[in-house]
Amino acid sequence: MKTTCRTAVIALALCVAQGAGAQDLGDAARGETLFRHCKACHQVGQGAKDRVGPHLNDLFGRRAGSHEGYRYSKAMMRAAAGGLEWHADTLHIYLENPKNLVSGTRMSFAGLPEARDRADLLAYLRVFSADPSDIPEADPTATGTDHTIDPDILAIVGDPEYGEYLSSECTTCHRADGGDSGIPSITLWPEEDFVIAMHAYKNAYRTHPVMQMIAGRLSDEEIAALAAYFGSLDQ
Amino acid sequence: MTLNRRVFIGSATAAATLTAPMVQAASHGKPRVVVVGGGAGGATAARYIAKDSDGEIDVILIEPTKTYYTCFFSNLVIGGFRDIESIAHSYGTLAREYGVNVVHDWAVGVDRDAKSVALAGGGSVAYDKLILGPGIDFIDGSVPGWDVTAQNVMPHAYKAGSQTELLKAQVMAMPEGGTFVMVAPPNPFRCPPGPYERVSMVAHALKQGNPTAKIIIADPKENFSKQGLFEEGWEQHYPGMITRIGPDFGGENVTVNPDEMTVDIDGEVIKAAACNVIPAQKAGRIAELAGVTEGNWAPVNPTDMSSKADPDIYVLGDAAAQGDMPKSGFSANSQAKVCANAVRGALTDARVFPAKYANTCWSLIAAEDGVKVGAAYEPTEEKIASVDSFISQNDEDAATRAATYRESLGWYDGITADMFG
Repeated sequence: MKTTCRTAVIALALCVAQGAGAQDLGDAARGETLFRHCKACHQVGQGAKDRVGPHLNDLFGRRAGSHEGYRYSKAMMRAAAGGLEWHADTLHIYLENPKNLVSGTRMSFAGLPEARDRADLLAYLRVFSADPSDIPEADPTATGTDHTIDPDILAIVGDPEYGEYLSSECTTCHRADGGDSGIPSITLWPEEDFVIAMHAYKNAYRTHPVMQMIAGRLSDEEIAALAAYFGSLDQ
Repeated sequence: MTLNRRVFIGSATAAATLTAPMVQAASHGKPRVVVVGGGAGGATAARYIAKDSDGEIDVILIEPTKTYYTCFFSNLVIGGFRDIESIAHSYGTLAREYGVNVVHDWAVGVDRDAKSVALAGGGSVAYDKLILGPGIDFIDGSVPGWDVTAQNVMPHAYKAGSQTELLKAQVMAMPEGGTFVMVAPPNPFRCPPGPYERVSMVAHALKQGNPTAKIIIADPKENFSKQGLFEEGWEQHYPGMITRIGPDFGGENVTVNPDEMTVDIDGEVIKAAACNVIPAQKAGRIAELAGVTEGNWAPVNPTDMSSKADPDIYVLGDAAAQGDMPKSGFSANSQAKVCANAVRGALTDARVFPAKYANTCWSLIAAEDGVKVGAAYEPTEEKIASVDSFISQNDEDAATRAATYRESLGWYDGITADMFG
């Protein structure tokens, strides 16, 4: 699976995984070894009990501060009353440095600065929460690919000559030589990523008003043609 | 291989020297897909392959029943919201409109080297690709005291049709104030909210005609799908009628006595006026016979539902170890389309698209009170993983719940058209 990422234009570009495939939350096996940082206070698995820290079974999807009988800090209870729930995203912040999320937390842990470490640890913890195959409403176990375009649209074979004709509208702002002096480079993108990005503007998932206007006026065939043209400029 | 009629009717010795006759005449060199099981997975796969291949692929569907009763919505029959005929479907349209060769027989074996499926009737069918959608079978002995000979006394009604009618009749015949006992299954099982929708439907029927009757659920599981919604709904619509005994109180320790009509839950013996035993489940037996199961289920490749044991065999729906997807008709139908696309791509030059899966389960708690849960799924290296989910909320108003129920009616018409044409 190839990943394309234009780091020069982080604000507007989208990292898209080409071809099928969601991303697992992390490597649960590696996460198990990382859990040694937590074991002094937290238990998981069958028979796990609240000790220094609450047990971490059924963590995903749970409201914070919800174990009856466990004495949470006032700060945690306030966060819970404010609606804090444990999902992959809130746990990522909490594990990076607990005080970033709940400033008065009693959890004394310096944090895991590496995103990969947190992802692997979360994948391990996820195993101890409900399986979506038994309870479909349980928290996701992976992050999805980020488009919902009909495959028939992606399948349209673009005509590069037609694309060249259409491109005159683009090259006013987007440099035909692929350089980026403040406006993103659109040459040599894999065609599928180009089509996905244009449809994201067309459907207003991406918010740039000019691009929304331009993409809104282009048909699926025209977008495919542009993708074919710009994708082949070097060849 | 042509059938010689004289030999076929005549001598036994001659018959013994013949190889099993082909059910299907020579396929003129076309690639052939054999589908075993004509449910939400198999019927959908057969229809999509036949429909989208423009006659380039021969499709044979092997399904023992001539009328298919959908498990989904069978609870509504028990509750009195539908009649049994409304969930019955024929394979006639698949046969005459789509050219699917519908063979009403049982598959009793798969020879993976010869690539052929043996039929109970005595023939065999060769395949280029084999799709198995055999649903579930019950694990012997999983509920002590119960086996298939008891299913007319304590129905499972977990394969729809006559069992559905039987259970409904038993509920309606309960004496005043009698107890309905459900023995719920352990994970994983087909249709996670199913047993609890069933309890809701039985409660609805009893509330009309036998309001002092009681319902007890013996459950080996601590939690179940849509639990918060069901428990709130039971409190609202059927207060005091339903008791659920979970594993903390011995709900996993159950023995039944069909002769006495008693259920022993962790030492407490209950006299049941009607008893629904839903045993633990495994893949439909043909998957095991084909050698594609590991433990109780058939592991599949997340991108196309092909068996990890054999690239020419695909497993759909309940029988598959399908990662995060629950065992539902919706899931089977969703997987069937990914599979059909992959199979066509393998046999012809059809374009294959990235796999995307989805599921939505609707449940009816009471009249006009419907809830739903659903999710989107995508393949990862390891399994089909959930990437997003939704569920009805506890504080929804009556209009929303009524609309959700109506949505389910629309879905039912849609999916059955998708399966049967």
